[in-house]
Order: sequence, then structure tokens, then C-alpha cells
Amino acid sequence: MVINDTTMALAGGALIGLAAASWLVLTGKTAGVSGMLYGIVKPEKSESGWQASFLLGLLIGGIGLSLFWPERLPDLAGGKLWVFGVAGLLVGFGTRLGGGCTSGHGVCGIGRFSMRSIVGTCVFMATGVAAVYVFKHVVGV
Amino acid sequence: MRNLIACVAGIVFAIGLGVSGMTQPSKVIGFLDVTGQWDPSLMFVMGSAIPIYALAWFARRRHVPWLGGSKFPKPRADLDWRLFAGAGLFGIGWGLAGICPGPAVTILGRPTLPAIVFLAAAVGGMLLYRALDRPKPLTNIPSTSR
Repeated sequence: MVINDTTMALAGGALIGLAAASWLVLTGKTAGVSGMLYGIVKPEKSESGWQASFLLGLLIGGIGLSLFWPERLPDLAGGKLWVFGVAGLLVGFGTRLGGGCTSGHGVCGIGRFSMRSIVGTCVFMATGVAAVYVFKHVVGV
Repeated sequence: MRNLIACVAGIVFAIGLGVSGMTQPSKVIGFLDVTGQWDPSLMFVMGSAIPIYALAWFARRRHVPWLGGSKFPKPRADLDWRLFAGAGLFGIGWGLAGICPGPAVTILGRPTLPAIVFLAAAVGGMLLYRALDRPKPLTNIPSTSR
């Protein structure tokens, strides 16, 4: 089972890497999803078209998953809304202040050996681990 | 053409997220739960994505992109408080919900209220950043009513 999850992670990561690498080779742009979302908040003429298209692709892929592999998409319906609201705020604000997320820093940035991205990824991994420790084992959100 | 390719890249990216397990918040939280029932498998997502990306970067970094445009910008090397504070806050939110921006969009393939709230709040956080980041007061304050 662990081997199965590992192979799936490798295969999925390869698809993510291929998509991001193709985008780099074709356009020279970073496939950072938080940056694309920010393109909707603060559109720049030359960028907003492809950013919206990429996001639409992410959604179409998600609809495809829901049709053909629904167990890969969570049923979050019973979740605490305030948790998702607070988490979303932190993710939105933090990724803009820090200039990237798991895709922009974690894949594209590290893939270009960017010192900022290597440090940034270490920081968000560390605070992610700390957050799960506190919220799951100490206060129990 | 460029937009069509971006859309296809987004679809492949989303399928990759789904295959890897990144679209399952419980799995992401399990990956970050190193002191509990740690599930290290998601480490291998970066383990295959980064080498593929690095290969493309090394092969093409001195060239012009195939679809034209300027050469690839050199990544920034400086470290500042924004990086530490921003990445730190992002990590806390990521650990709290188990969702990062890519999956936040993809999981709307199964639209549930918490998933919608998460993405709306993330956009709200970006609006907040935009409002605070301005050196001068805005003349056109973006509407938060969506």
C-alpha cells in the first residue's frame, strides 16, 4: 500500500513536472498557481489571458477527476467553514507576501535552483508541520 | 493558441495533482503530520516533478522560449523578511486545511461549500495583500463583494 501511494505520487509528480516544464519551455513563464490566482485579483494585460486559461484547465481537470476518479477528490461538505476560511486567508496572503506556493517555489523555483524558493519551501514545510502538530495534537481543530 | 496550451497544461497539471494525492487534504495533512501517523509518500511528488522541471530548465535556460518572448529571467537570490513571513503564513494555512493553491482550484471539480470558502478566502487574502502593499491609498478600492 505504501509502495502504491509512492508510485502514484511519483507518477502524479511527473505529470505536474511535465505540465510545468512544457509551460517553461514554450513561454518562459513560471507555472505558479498562486501567481495565476493573483493575476485575477490584479490583472496584467499580457498575462491575465494565459493565467485564466491555466486556471480553467485546473478546474476542467478537477471536473474530469470528479467524473472518472471521484475518490481522488475529497468530500469536504462536513468541514468546519471557519477553518477553511482562516486557512484560505493565510494561504492567499502568505503566498503573495512570500512570492509563491508549492508549485511556484516548490517545483518551478527549486527546479531552477533558486535560493529564495529553496528557503521558502523549507519555511512553509516547517510551519506546515508545526501547524499540523499544534492543530491536530495540541488544540485539536 | 497560447491560451489553449495554457489550458491543456492546466488540465495535465490537475490530473497530476489528482494522481499524486495532492487533491486529498487528509493525505496532505498526513504528510505534514511527522509526529503522528506520518505518510511520507507525497514527498515523491516533488521527487519526480523537480528533476523533470530542472532538466527542462537546464536544457532551455539560455534560449528563447519556443513561442517567443524574452529569455528566462534569472531567479532572484536575495532573502528578505517577506519571504520568511509569507512562506511561514502560507505553511500554517496549508497545514490547517491541507490545501494549497493548485488543489484549491482543482477540488472545485467537486464543489462543496468548504472548498468554495477556502478559495474565496484565498482570493480575499490576496486582495488584502494588494490593499496593504500599496505605498499610497488606492483611488479604486477593489470590491470584495463577489
